[in-house]
Amino acid sequence: MASSTAGAHDHPTGVRRFLFSTNHKDIGTLYLVLAVIGGMVGLLMSIGIRAELMYPGINVFPGLASLINGADPSMGVDAGKNLYNVFITAHGVLMIFYMVMPALMGGYANWFVPIMIGAPDMAFPRLNNISFWFLAVSLVLLVMSMFVEGAPGMMGFGGGWVFYPPLSSNIGHPGPAMDFVILALHLAGASSILGSINIITTIFNMRAPGMTLHKMPLFAWSMLVTAFLLVLTLPVLAGAITMLLTDRNFGTMFYDPAGGGDPLLFQHLFWFFGHPEVYVLILPAFGLISHIVSTFSRKPVFGYLGMAYAMVAIGFLGCIVWAHHMYTVGLSLNAQRYFVFATMVIAVPTGIKIFSWIATMWGGSISFRAPMIWAIGFIFVFTMGGVTGVVLANAAADRQLHETYFVVAHFHYTMSLGAVFGVFAGFYYWFPKMTGYLYNETLSKLHFIVLFIGVNLTFFPQHFLGLSGMPRRYIDYPDAFAIWNYISSIGAFIGGVSMIVFFYCVIEAFMKKREAGANPWGAGATTLEWTLPSPPPFHQFEVLPRISGSGHQ
Amino acid sequence: MIQLAPQTPKRPRNVAAALVFGSVAMLALSFASVPLYRAFCAATGFGGTPQVGKTSAATRQGERRLSVGFDSNVARDLPWRFEPEVSKVSLRTGETKTIYYKVVNLSDRETSGQAAYNVSPDQAGAFFVKVACFCFEEKRLGPHETAEWPVVFYLDPALEKEESMRRVEEITLSYSFYPTKTPAKAKTSDAAGQKPKT
Repeated sequence: MASSTAGAHDHPTGVRRFLFSTNHKDIGTLYLVLAVIGGMVGLLMSIGIRAELMYPGINVFPGLASLINGADPSMGVDAGKNLYNVFITAHGVLMIFYMVMPALMGGYANWFVPIMIGAPDMAFPRLNNISFWFLAVSLVLLVMSMFVEGAPGMMGFGGGWVFYPPLSSNIGHPGPAMDFVILALHLAGASSILGSINIITTIFNMRAPGMTLHKMPLFAWSMLVTAFLLVLTLPVLAGAITMLLTDRNFGTMFYDPAGGGDPLLFQHLFWFFGHPEVYVLILPAFGLISHIVSTFSRKPVFGYLGMAYAMVAIGFLGCIVWAHHMYTVGLSLNAQRYFVFATMVIAVPTGIKIFSWIATMWGGSISFRAPMIWAIGFIFVFTMGGVTGVVLANAAADRQLHETYFVVAHFHYTMSLGAVFGVFAGFYYWFPKMTGYLYNETLSKLHFIVLFIGVNLTFFPQHFLGLSGMPRRYIDYPDAFAIWNYISSIGAFIGGVSMIVFFYCVIEAFMKKREAGANPWGAGATTLEWTLPSPPPFHQFEVLPRISGSGHQ
Repeated sequence: MIQLAPQTPKRPRNVAAALVFGSVAMLALSFASVPLYRAFCAATGFGGTPQVGKTSAATRQGERRLSVGFDSNVARDLPWRFEPEVSKVSLRTGETKTIYYKVVNLSDRETSGQAAYNVSPDQAGAFFVKVACFCFEEKRLGPHETAEWPVVFYLDPALEKEESMRRVEEITLSYSFYPTKTPAKAKTSDAAGQKPKT
């Protein structure tokens, strides 16, 4: 396949190269650019949210509403409150679907899954192109939804990223904003399903001779599990929001008790997708952290097969624990018992992974280069989030903590910190490979230190707020919560500053043009991408590599 | 279609087709969950779904006495007054009881409604058997019409053996009347045909 296509067409440039691209590396780059855009918008929103919550009272958003939506300030604070709800909704959706997923699934998987398994490209290059452009169009739809009517007289959909009816049905948001969100999710879902089909087919069919599944790098394993999760659960989200769409527009009553429907149906369907989705966000990070830890410890990954099948187990268990998001809806006692137990079981394969990373480092010749620092940071914050997750898995404790800032702190430790640290760890690990240039090591470590302090300062106090009962999703709070909120907001601003360091670090690397060479990391980097020059040629592996022995990491 | 065995010579299209089939099947399953869950509840009494009795009385008489309370609700946009004639009855398991709900249409036009119903606590659903009920069909009332509608039910003596029913002394039967949507738009008519689930 490689030899036929390589000779058959030329190397397009400029707009044609990216708009019509069928090259997995170019599409990966496009995804990464989209992730930066989505992530920056989502980050600015979160800084707006934290600015509002810095002091008690409603301070920032009424002004922001008149600035963004042209709301009349004399109308009082309602437009501001609505905009706050729109921001928390859009922040969640953007960060999940337009930042972490494009970065890990779209960007790194497109770039490195084919290279790591010794394939010349993805199995369906044109499908790859349409996956990306679906997502780009979907982002446009999502942004448009913020500027059309949602709740009566208000702009945008402010019902939270979980879209529970009746708030998301005609009762709560009769305007077209929610319809835009639904269509955006349909497109993003279609994009991810097509991308996943592409990844699975590539992994099953295009591994280099000699690369069995049990010799495949762990990042490819993590993407295989992630892609299966998406193929099986995203259609359920599509079904759930399609029912919502027909409820809103065509008079069906799936979620309306007046017609025999049940609003809880939506929650079950949503979380049947939603819980595997959080593993979609974190599993790719698991995969690439394994490579980084192994590379910079100069040791093979400890317990390779255990690591691979721990991810399979996490993926499977992730599909059967969805109702732990719904302990307060009136589940029967036996259902709660089951979901508590099944949820806690996930701690076992996750623990296997954490301990295997530590065992990989143990006795290794560790060099604390930037990616390794990020990977250790990832292990630290993800373990923190995992521990609070076990707390929340208890139905009895969840009665108290449901919809409080404790939950916010928990999922930000796993995702905002865990997945994002995974994204940056991968970025600093593969940046020399993708661009051919070395970044400034000090700047990248500075980025880590500032972000690490910022996010921990932001989210650790939120545990205290949640334990003392501060509910999430509100624009205001009693004065008793003021101190920790103030500290949390300071942390968010520090986290924001770290992004300036990040962009400066990237720009500096491109300006200085320090040649990276094929393998800047030395003997520990054993996967196939380090056998290619940096950046890799437009079409790699015109002669397929042969894998012999046990050379998987 | 399922040719995922990794060692055989594979064609990408077969794998992709199997995956497309998988996602379409999950999409279909998400819609199928509505009737499947309804059938599951009707069969097991899960979530407090009362049973519909085919015979008019229990096959045998039981020993325990329980009280059954009656609760009634009307949706805001249905101009009815709707309440049980007695708020609570006491009966033995296996004994068939008939109680009446009194309903008045307060408006000057004909209105129609359909009741959703449930029993509490949830585990009682499997043992609460309705022989006849106004809630099985859509109800119409003319302007200012008054009616008395019966509910015939018994408690299955099998509940005496059920561990989770041991400490239950009172069962509440609840009705919520919702207006039937007028088929103003053509699309709504098939939706109104949905039977209440719970």
